[in-house]
Amino acid sequence: MRHLLSTADLPREVATALLDTAEALKQSLLGREVRKLPTLRGRTVVTLFYEQSTRTRASFEIAGKWMSADVVNISAGDSSVTKGESLRDTAFTLAAMGADCVVIRHPASGAAHRLADWVSTHVVNAGDGSHQHPTQALLDAATLRDRLGTLNGRTVTIVGDVLHSRVARSNIDLLITLGAHVHLVAPPTLLPWGVENWGIREARGWPVTVGHDLDAALPGTDAVMMLRVQAERMRGQFFPSAREYSINYGLTEARLALLPEHAVVLHPGPMLRGMEIAHSVADSPRAAITEQVRNGVHVRMAVLYHLLAAQEGQA
Amino acid sequence: MSSPSGTGAVGEAGPPRQRELLSAAEVTRIVARMAHQIIERTAPEPVVLVGIPTRGVPLAHRLADRIREFGGSSPRLGTLDITLYRDDLRRRPTRALQTTELPAGGLDDVLVVLVDDVLFSGRTVAAALDALREYGRPRAVQLAVLVDRGHRELPLRADYVGKNLPTSRDEEVGVLLVETDGTDAVVIRRSQR
Repeated sequence: MRHLLSTADLPREVATALLDTAEALKQSLLGREVRKLPTLRGRTVVTLFYEQSTRTRASFEIAGKWMSADVVNISAGDSSVTKGESLRDTAFTLAAMGADCVVIRHPASGAAHRLADWVSTHVVNAGDGSHQHPTQALLDAATLRDRLGTLNGRTVTIVGDVLHSRVARSNIDLLITLGAHVHLVAPPTLLPWGVENWGIREARGWPVTVGHDLDAALPGTDAVMMLRVQAERMRGQFFPSAREYSINYGLTEARLALLPEHAVVLHPGPMLRGMEIAHSVADSPRAAITEQVRNGVHVRMAVLYHLLAAQEGQA
Repeated sequence: MSSPSGTGAVGEAGPPRQRELLSAAEVTRIVARMAHQIIERTAPEPVVLVGIPTRGVPLAHRLADRIREFGGSSPRLGTLDITLYRDDLRRRPTRALQTTELPAGGLDDVLVVLVDDVLFSGRTVAAALDALREYGRPRAVQLAVLVDRGHRELPLRADYVGKNLPTSRDEEVGVLLVETDGTDAVVIRRSQR
């Protein structure tokens, strides 16, 4: 594996290997005094963030540091980007300084792919516009594997702003690859055009199913993934009011009761409590939200391990 | 994890390129002898047997069973994957990680016996010593191997050796165990490289 740009290019074996590695890393760090592995000593990882982030950036930084890589963080706000430097020039600068891996988040869909064409370093997509966020999908899959045992044959319901969500796209691709069935529930205005055909491409699995009634979907679901309403990407009126959205698509305590006993609640964060998810639901033991964050570190360690530890140009 | 001496799939099609050096009965006898030696050297102090995946793990279990059977203490067991500590990671394709599971109570101030199938260059053991340090500070660390095939690249030796097998560098020694390979044997074959 040279880059991690999209979950759509991940074959099942590779996705499973990444998840297994993450699990092994979690095990081997359990109960240790020194949470430090020498594996990536001498490797330099740069996180290049053109959008705000708390958990993803910190998670990559911790992942790199726990494996002894040197991690440099650059955020667009306090870098030469504000002086007008292009993404391409910034990337060349970082590569020239000896970065082995660039972790990039960018508001433009496709930014990570462009970067991968330009520079010789490994590139990890940490979110590009409303396109992909592969490590989020991997950490969600890791969390679901922990809670449900397997994803094969399970039904995952993704609820909310699918239109603007890179988390949804990455998850749909990965979940289908891992054998899960994906059901989307959203107001019609927040669903991308042609979404019913997703999952059919390359004949990788069942197509996703789409509905608008959350109450009807919940009893048959093994996991429900709530998406944040991405106001910052919305240009126009997608639903009449926040209150109406919350009444129709918010995960309330009453709706939590409709889920089967074993079902898991996920949210990629940051949460808008009271909007797409009720306070009490977010804090309930059914919610795996802090586990998602914890798994995020191990999944990102696994990604860095697979990209950087082995011989150049191999596997 | 075995050393580059390689354990692995037994010869493919074509004439048999491998020779059996130790039979199943001999492997059983050798493991029993090693268990006696461990008791002799360590009793009455309890030991913690830490197997190095893949085949060090079932070997550690067998040694623990024998030690218990022969009236020694009941050893605690652990598994230590050393992949992340290897010094040759960058020379090979990505290696899959295996489990690490240390016994409850940790490794501080105890006598640890590392268990592996083949001792060859010594690099696996060196990596294991590095890894062990992250988990605690044992009172002492000893090494038990089923086969010592020579060609050390580091100043290390084993405390318990099942069998010394002089080999040439272009040969591979394979330890086969029922738990991982369906049969017990030690074989030697020409390297494919």
